[in-house]
Amino acid sequence: MSIQPDKPSGEVAKVSDPLPDPGLPAHTWRPTDVDEGLAKRAERQVAGFFAASAVFTVLFFVSYFVFKVGDDWDVTGGLGASTVALGLTLGLALLCIGVGIIQWARKLMTDQEIMEMRHPARSSDEDREASLAALNVGLEESGIARRPLIRNSLFGAIGVIALAPIVLLRDLGPTPSQVENEEEGLGLEHTIWKAGKRVVRDVVGTPIRAADLQIGDLVNAVPDGMFQLEGTELQVQKAKAAVIVVRMEPEEIVPGPGREDWSVEGIVCYSKICTHVGCPISLYERTTHHVLCPCHQSTFDLADSAKVVFGPAARELPQLPLSVDDEGFLVAQSDFTEPVGPSYWGRGQ
Amino acid sequence: MAATPKKPAKVGAVANWADERLGLGGAMKKNLRKVFPDHWSFMLGEIALWSFVVLLLTGVFLTLWFDPSMAEIEYQGSFDPLRGVEMSRSMASTLNISFDVRGGLLMRQMHHWAASIFIASMMIHMMRVYFTGAFRKPRELNWVIGCLLLLLGTLEGFTGYSLPDDLLSGTGVRAADGFLKATPVVGSYMSFFLFGGEFPGDSIIPRLYTIHILLIPGLLLGLIAAHMLLLVYHKHTQWPGPGRTEENVVGFPMLPVYAAKAGGFFFIVFGATAVMGGLLTINPVWKFGPYDPTKVTAGSQPDWYMGWPDGLLRIIPGWESTIFGEPISWNIMIPILIVPPLMLVILMLLPFIEAWITGDKREHHLLERPRNAPTRTAVMVSLMTFYGLAWAAGGNDLIAIRLDLSINQITYFMRVAIFLGPALAFYITRRWCISLQRHDENKLLHGYETGVIMRSPEGGYSERHLPISENAAYTLTARDREQAWTPSQKVDENGVAAPGGRLDGIRSKLSTLMYADNVQKPTAAELEEAHHHAEHEHALTAALDGHSADGHQFDGHHAVEGENLRGDH
Amino acid sequence: MRFLNRSAGRLSRHRRTPLAGALVLVLGLLFTGGLYSAFSPGASAGETNTTAEDIQSGKELFINGCSFCHGQNGEGVLTASGDQYGPPLADVGAASVDFQVGTGRMPLVQPGQQAERKPPVYNEEETLQLAAYVDSLGTGPAIPDESNYTLPETNEDGTAFDKEAAISRGGQIFLTNCTACHNFDGQGGAMPRGGYAPTLRGVEPKYVYEALLTGPQSMPSFSNGNLAPDQKRDVIAYLEATDEQPSYGGFGLGSLGPVSEGIFAWIIGIGGLVGFAVWIAAHTTRSTRSKTSTAVDHGDLA
Repeated sequence: MSIQPDKPSGEVAKVSDPLPDPGLPAHTWRPTDVDEGLAKRAERQVAGFFAASAVFTVLFFVSYFVFKVGDDWDVTGGLGASTVALGLTLGLALLCIGVGIIQWARKLMTDQEIMEMRHPARSSDEDREASLAALNVGLEESGIARRPLIRNSLFGAIGVIALAPIVLLRDLGPTPSQVENEEEGLGLEHTIWKAGKRVVRDVVGTPIRAADLQIGDLVNAVPDGMFQLEGTELQVQKAKAAVIVVRMEPEEIVPGPGREDWSVEGIVCYSKICTHVGCPISLYERTTHHVLCPCHQSTFDLADSAKVVFGPAARELPQLPLSVDDEGFLVAQSDFTEPVGPSYWGRGQ
Repeated sequence: MAATPKKPAKVGAVANWADERLGLGGAMKKNLRKVFPDHWSFMLGEIALWSFVVLLLTGVFLTLWFDPSMAEIEYQGSFDPLRGVEMSRSMASTLNISFDVRGGLLMRQMHHWAASIFIASMMIHMMRVYFTGAFRKPRELNWVIGCLLLLLGTLEGFTGYSLPDDLLSGTGVRAADGFLKATPVVGSYMSFFLFGGEFPGDSIIPRLYTIHILLIPGLLLGLIAAHMLLLVYHKHTQWPGPGRTEENVVGFPMLPVYAAKAGGFFFIVFGATAVMGGLLTINPVWKFGPYDPTKVTAGSQPDWYMGWPDGLLRIIPGWESTIFGEPISWNIMIPILIVPPLMLVILMLLPFIEAWITGDKREHHLLERPRNAPTRTAVMVSLMTFYGLAWAAGGNDLIAIRLDLSINQITYFMRVAIFLGPALAFYITRRWCISLQRHDENKLLHGYETGVIMRSPEGGYSERHLPISENAAYTLTARDREQAWTPSQKVDENGVAAPGGRLDGIRSKLSTLMYADNVQKPTAAELEEAHHHAEHEHALTAALDGHSADGHQFDGHHAVEGENLRGDH
Repeated sequence: MRFLNRSAGRLSRHRRTPLAGALVLVLGLLFTGGLYSAFSPGASAGETNTTAEDIQSGKELFINGCSFCHGQNGEGVLTASGDQYGPPLADVGAASVDFQVGTGRMPLVQPGQQAERKPPVYNEEETLQLAAYVDSLGTGPAIPDESNYTLPETNEDGTAFDKEAAISRGGQIFLTNCTACHNFDGQGGAMPRGGYAPTLRGVEPKYVYEALLTGPQSMPSFSNGNLAPDQKRDVIAYLEATDEQPSYGGFGLGSLGPVSEGIFAWIIGIGGLVGFAVWIAAHTTRSTRSKTSTAVDHGDLA
């Protein structure tokens, strides 16, 4: 039968053309159906799986108590013995039950296929009519059609109350502008960098003497005072203020306009936060002065204002203007002159 | 079932007790022996269902020790290299589960493997449903529910692997913050509301935890229940074959065979997950260390199901434009905020688009082989190619290092391939399906290739073809004869086409395109003609028809009395 | 009876599937991914009592083996377009020579490519002579002594040294400065334009120290003014400690992160479970005999 355009719904497709349906093939028997000996063997096999499962479960309990974790893990073949033993015994115990049940079904349960008739998904015409009639009676008795005032005011009320959850969620967090003026270094546009703040090594927190760095050095650094912060405050500031400091031959640097005095004897400092989606970035090649983001492979040229040379980032990394203090340690001339990290609506203002 | 005199007394008593309170008899009568057709590809969805159960079980175990708090503490547990390091309580409790709770690391790894398998099995289940046409009327809504399950599963995975607050997942959360901020107008507000202030704040882990263990699992459970109810109501689709029609369903009864097979499969999925959890390390958070916004690792990738948007994020050029002086980050919006939601919408609409193009409003319960719907098959292969390329792009750094290639060249290649690949895949798949259809047609008309080479008296060689069995022939022809949709020519007295004419034109063109090159099954007359021809041929070679000389009795097409290949069992 | 031959046909089809090959491949991956060669600390090379003869023999070796790229006196060679063919070696120091020659990176097979670790061309004595010669050309870091990269037993005041704290500190420094290129487990990673950061697993502590000190090839240097000697020592201690660490959760899958995990979830997880599904739904063997009567009454639900 060919498809007729826009056939009435509910009708099922016909496929028995050009050949007639030969009908279900006759049932054939399995060896276990006709040979009681084989059936017994299958029975023992299934029971064997279940018994093996119980054995594995016992071994699971044994492993739980025998293999030590904590300070002093037992190790077999370089692997954590507890995890491997528990996983294998539990897994095999479960697999044995599963395989046993499946074998039972495949070999011993009656495997004669049976047939059931389908019915169209739609309900019968009588049912439909009865439902429709009931619906109409109900609507009529409610008077919802005759009294539009009630209907419309109810819809209005529900519409308004639906806004309640949205209002209630307002206190999930402050708005960016509320945070911006709260305290020094807070908000999307500021970090705790400021004029005269020393650049210190990440993790150890020691200041960096300009003369100590060699050509080709890379320092992962943060502002001084970072490690006096704690908890959330520390994380928030680290997420914005982290920088990378590199030293190259001074003549290799192509300073951006107005950035002529932002480097110290070939030492430049850039935000470590990628301008694409904000991964920390420090895969630095000393030969090319390129730095690569491990998340999405944006590549920036640190000799040339960290301009994007490859990848999805659209903007250069913000540069931190550097100078040295009286003791010869690297310090910032100011905060970053632009927001660090990914773009956001509101950045332009 | 209400107690019957036949039943043993105990079972009868329990059944009676339950039925008098719950009235189960009516429902059980229909469902205890409900028929489910048997085919391996019908069990792919079961993998998803059972791995979800494994997730619930292992997940509950993990909640007993996990502490979803971002309060900083100094780790003093038994993992030496991190002792004394400041970290959040969630990371510390994850380390505690891994190193100090017996079986804790196993449960963590089982949970993670089960999550990967859960989403992977949903995807292959979806492929099966699509390639066999099982999404057609009346099952469109179940397809939509399935798409939502896939979306929710993915979100559940993301919220889950972010919970330990380790370096790798924290990098992912940071990227998610970047995605939120890229949303025009409200981006930074969304970020501040989600994180309770500036990134990373101290709220994100507890919030993700609530979403992960309450909100999304609740929705998943509800949708899975709806998915299963609709499956039971519609009855399962089946492959066409002798005796298997659109009006019936042939298979094993729910009790005992199907219940045993499904139940057994649960234990197998559970067991396989346990073996994987015990043998294969997944997400070794102790190697990453706690999240620290200044740290990062090479090979920072999300879990595999988030890999394809990440791949798009890697290959998109650095496009950003400005509107009202504000940045519009196309380099984030296209890969994350536009393409993945679009892909989901396309997936959900596929049944409706196809039904609209074909104009087919009938119910379908017989499955179609992928080759018999070349355009449909090609559409999905094309989408899969897009997905696969984007996915591979998400691992470009590992491809580069394993295959000695350059990241840059892989990226340039992917930028082109992401457009060419799907188009090429569409073309090749469609032609491939059509040639398979021709192959089927040949088998129907001229029989199958026996592998027996005949030499004619003139010296020419030819391969002997023999007709396929009646059942095989019926199975091959048990499909629709397709006809492109044409608009009904409604023209009013002035000769102006009825409204909707232009859309009708597109629809008609698409419908023609969809079916244009398909091979339709032969008509009765064609079959007759071909068989007549074959008989003539056969008569010429009849003299050569010695028994068991040509070997065709062992080719699986014919049963041969008294000749068994494998003995009785 | 028809079923019999059909299942026989199926069986032979299964034999031909590439599944078996894939499985073997995966198992191979599993084992190679999980096993790493044992770590053996390099021989001590601290003695740098170089003599004039050492410098002289080093010079001869240098002129024969290195001067083609680095110049007769280590002044470097420029190509016609002005690029460095071989860089000048005046101030690279003995540590750099020991690293480059000792790990077989120098001499290069071909200029322009990234130097790979390979079996060294020069023996230990020749390497030291070369180092002595290059060291004599200018300033530069000396070859570190074993005490530079091993944790001491006691502090200077004689109290017991807290090794655990040093390893933990080293881990944090490692995660901050090294993992970005070398991966969280020191497995290495990709760099721009086909470059790569090599694996740190199985690299002798001396060479790790020298690499930090001198920044070979594209790697940035972590000179003593950048990363203090004690911090370098702690990083090396962390690497050694994690090298000895058992793989708590089973085989490591190459420690490559979620990409390899995803591949395993698909191939082993989904592959295995689909295999089970095929088995569950497969038709069992059929008998040619038939049963005369059925024991169970099959309810007709049509």
